[in-house]
Amino acid sequence: MRKILSYLLPYKKRMAIGFVIKVSGTMAELFLPFILTHILENVIVTEDVGKIVLYGGLMVLCAVAACVFNIVANRMAAGVTTRFSKSMRAELFQRTLYLSSADTDRFTIPSLESRITTDTYNVHNFIGMMQRMGVRAPILLIGGISITLVMDSALALVMIATLPLIFITVYSISRKGVPLYTGVQRSVDDMVRVVREDAQGIRVIKALSKNEYENRRYDRVNRALAGQERKAGVIMGVVNPVMTLLMNLGIAAVVAVAAIRVAKGLSSPATVIAFMQYFTLISMAMMSLSRMFVMYTKCAASAGRIAEVLCTPSTYTVTECEKTDPSDSYISFDNVCFSYFGKKRNLDSVSFSVRKGGSLGIIGATGSGKSTLIKLLLRFYEPDSGTITLDGRRLDSYSREELSCRIGVALQNDFIYADTVEENIRFGRELSKEAVISAAKLAQAHDFITAAEGGYDRLLSSKGTNVSGGQRQRILIARAVAAKPDILILDDSSSALDYKTDANLRAAIAEGMQDTTLVTVAQRVSSVKGCDLIIVLDKGKVIGSGSHTQLMESCPEYREISDSQMGGAFLD
Amino acid sequence: MTKNNNTSSAKKRDNKGIMLRLGGYVVSQWHLFVPAVIFTLLSNQLSLMGPRYSGAALDAIEAAGGVDFPTVWSNVARMIICYAASALLSYVLAVIMIHLSQRIIYKMRRQVFEKLNTLPVGYFDTHPTGDIISHISYDIDTINSTLSHDLVQVMTSVYTVVGSLIFMWQISKPMILIFVFTVPVSILFTRYRSKKVRPLFRARSKKYGELNGYAEEMLSGARSIEAYGRQDVISERFSRRNEDAMDAYYKAEYNAALLFPSINLINNFSIAMVAIFGGILYMYSQNGTFAAGSMLFISLGGVAQFVQYSRKFAGPINEFSNILHEFQSAFSAAERVFRILDEESEPRDAEDAAELKNVKGDVEIDSVSFGYTPEKQILKNISVKASAGQTVAIVGPTGAGKTTVINLLMRFYDPDTGVIRIDLVPSLKIKRADLRLAYTMVLQDTWLFHGTVYENIVYGRENATEDEVKAAARAAKIDSFIESLPDGYNTVLSDDGVNVSKGQKQLITIARAFLSDAPMLILDEATSNVDSRTEIQIQEAMDSLMRGRTCFVIAHRLSTIKNADTILVVKDGTVIEQGSHDELIRLGGFYSSLYNSQFS
Repeated sequence: MRKILSYLLPYKKRMAIGFVIKVSGTMAELFLPFILTHILENVIVTEDVGKIVLYGGLMVLCAVAACVFNIVANRMAAGVTTRFSKSMRAELFQRTLYLSSADTDRFTIPSLESRITTDTYNVHNFIGMMQRMGVRAPILLIGGISITLVMDSALALVMIATLPLIFITVYSISRKGVPLYTGVQRSVDDMVRVVREDAQGIRVIKALSKNEYENRRYDRVNRALAGQERKAGVIMGVVNPVMTLLMNLGIAAVVAVAAIRVAKGLSSPATVIAFMQYFTLISMAMMSLSRMFVMYTKCAASAGRIAEVLCTPSTYTVTECEKTDPSDSYISFDNVCFSYFGKKRNLDSVSFSVRKGGSLGIIGATGSGKSTLIKLLLRFYEPDSGTITLDGRRLDSYSREELSCRIGVALQNDFIYADTVEENIRFGRELSKEAVISAAKLAQAHDFITAAEGGYDRLLSSKGTNVSGGQRQRILIARAVAAKPDILILDDSSSALDYKTDANLRAAIAEGMQDTTLVTVAQRVSSVKGCDLIIVLDKGKVIGSGSHTQLMESCPEYREISDSQMGGAFLD
Repeated sequence: MTKNNNTSSAKKRDNKGIMLRLGGYVVSQWHLFVPAVIFTLLSNQLSLMGPRYSGAALDAIEAAGGVDFPTVWSNVARMIICYAASALLSYVLAVIMIHLSQRIIYKMRRQVFEKLNTLPVGYFDTHPTGDIISHISYDIDTINSTLSHDLVQVMTSVYTVVGSLIFMWQISKPMILIFVFTVPVSILFTRYRSKKVRPLFRARSKKYGELNGYAEEMLSGARSIEAYGRQDVISERFSRRNEDAMDAYYKAEYNAALLFPSINLINNFSIAMVAIFGGILYMYSQNGTFAAGSMLFISLGGVAQFVQYSRKFAGPINEFSNILHEFQSAFSAAERVFRILDEESEPRDAEDAAELKNVKGDVEIDSVSFGYTPEKQILKNISVKASAGQTVAIVGPTGAGKTTVINLLMRFYDPDTGVIRIDLVPSLKIKRADLRLAYTMVLQDTWLFHGTVYENIVYGRENATEDEVKAAARAAKIDSFIESLPDGYNTVLSDDGVNVSKGQKQLITIARAFLSDAPMLILDEATSNVDSRTEIQIQEAMDSLMRGRTCFVIAHRLSTIKNADTILVVKDGTVIEQGSHDELIRLGGFYSSLYNSQFS
């Protein structure tokens, strides 16, 4: 929480001014019942209508002041809150992007998402509320109590006695409500899941005539949800009646005690009228304070989650390294081992080397470690042991910028976002339109881009759902080649291309990017067939390496894969 | 429920119709609704009486001959009883309303879901799943909160306003005049402000939504952004959207900040007026100018009551515009829900539709044409024949109409012209359920639901024995994998279940297909994103599934295509070539050129 509150520091002056204005407004409001009592008790005896109107006018004036001050203070609060969340969220987002892959895995993407969205929203709401009600409520409370104490301390004590009860009721029930509503939310998720499954599997359901079964399945979750909601509602429903009851009992008690005190000449009936009003104000304040406590617990949890991300130290370090002679190997892995969670080895003593301008093919079953190898090469993760060198320097001597300048990469199921085709290829880099177009040409994407309406300005939808899988892959490849990288990595990124386009693409890369070292990860033998060096991975180990012809002879697994793919994705 | 035929182009919502229909749901729970109404009235009446007794007690305190204790005590006692009873009743009321609304909501959700299962497949093809989900969760929730909360609120408000007015009228008629001025101002002001502020709030939610969407989108690409070192550029763009969202937020808050204090001002103004006029009246009442019983007479207790009632009275009036808005959104939600309930279900089977027994498996597609919309024809005059046990391979580029053929075979859609016959009987003359059960279907996108592996396989035939399920798993070559799972067949397949790969899911659906054991098979060969070894396993399982069945296969594998009895080459909705592999190669057309291209 402290970390988060530090984002409020720049606005402390504004907040202080807002605070003063808010206090003045609230005080003005507190005077109203006071004046009313004064009129009834002291002014009326003078039988001076002018005076009554005068004091009435004073009440109106106080009301106006309260209104104006509150508006101004609330607006200032909105301003502060807005700027506060703006800077906090912007920094959180940036920090999130700079998290290391290991940290990202630890947090998980959905959790990071909700930290940026829901959690900042919770904190924002609380900060806003704190400025609006957090000032008003305590002042109404303290001010009200002080004024009533001055007016008649005995009556005031009667009234104050009920306050803890109100607080405890609201606070404890609301606290109880949180887990109940979490339960409701879980049931909602279950219900939604069944509906989603039903809508997506409608063909199977109809094919097997499973209506009844599905209805039963849904009925179970529907019933559970209704039950949960009922339970939460029945418990939460206690709050309002109990609150109102306590407040009214307080008034009754005040009236009763007042009767005794008036009889003894210690109090006046007009005071009771003021008390009734103060009592309403104070109980309202109590109610909002209790609610704020509940909100605070929610906000503190969110703030903790945000601070966790903000305080995660950067693990990206750059070590010094002498450049050695890079003559024959440009990329090399030397006995590299790596494990994501420290249990199973995801890469086990992997060694190979590729010359500059050469090409490397990596093939293997899902889970064999192909993508892991690429992630190490991109320095998303650091190897547990062994060394990776790039152009004669250890990989960990490269800064982020240096590395991203050298490497162009199209990953499996990669990232297309809602923007123009051109921007998706450019990806925020300073590239000329010509560079974008020539990259698209090389990636065999130019023709379909220009054939569609809008051409390079055509808007792609998020995840590229408005283009076909093959088109998506070609746009990603265009992105990868656009900055003319030293190393081009294609991680299963041409699987949706038909054989002919795939072949054209490979020819274009070979011709147009002769100095570029190419790394291809693929399921299809035909995609890696032409590589200088192919390595076959199985459960993290290299079980075969060499050229296509060599492997066909020496590696039975490779041969098996190759044979099974004759015919391939025919005609698609 | 009455069938609603007025889906005419009229844009204006039929509020009355919706209200009546929603009312129907409420009335169906009359045994809860009637007590609810009674309790609302009672509880409000009791709470309205409270200030009367406190006023009376106050007058007794102020009585001429010193404090009149017996009257004070009896009034305080009455106050306590009234308030306690009112609290109790309002809690009981809350419980009743929760039960009432939950019953209605449960029923509505159930109706919508059961309706969904009767809708034609076309409905799901044209309505995104997200929309359907939002109707059954979000829209029904909106109706729920209106039913459980706003309904009581309206009853309470009306009662409180009227009741307070009556009491105030009894206390002092002239002072009511104050409200003749303040109430309209208050109503007009809230209406005016709400109208002005609401679009700002809508803009705020929209911008927020966009911002969240952008954050989600970019985070999903976090690794690419890192690989290209674009963190700062993307953060910069995020900041721009963040700024937009926060500006919208500020604008909404800035304007909304006016509302609450202003309402407060109007209320406080009323009280000031009560103080002035009440003070003056009280003064003249005290000095005897106004005789007790005169219209202008007021006691101190009367002033106190009047202040209390005027606060009670103001509350609902300020809420008026909010509640109106709530009702509006509940009506539009209900409209969307009712629209689903009024969708056309799949037409009933024809009167003379026959049951399908002992299917041999002769299938004939006879000059069938079809389009999803009248404007665009997808299949043009297609004919093909498959005798029992034969295999038809359908090949062709994406979008050529391959899946459409399957949709027609399964009667997910019916052809515009032409006939499909099973064992020489036209498919329209067969009961839909029987026809569909005669096919086993294995699609590309594997569909498994949240449940155990066993439940997912036995889904193929509910009365199958455990041995049969295991035999099916064995046939699909997935048995040893299942047994290696922590809970074997009882392992729960969940969305986050990392333990089962895509290929293994495919094999589970094949096991399901084995279990359903129908004489005819529809197969959509999967190709993408399965590693080569699992791919081989899947192929073997599919091959054995095809044995002895009439098969329609959307084919990708060369071996399937080559071994098919008939290859149907579909392009742009028409069959351009038809025949066995050898025949088509000899023909030297589209098929043979494609076939040869992969060896070049």
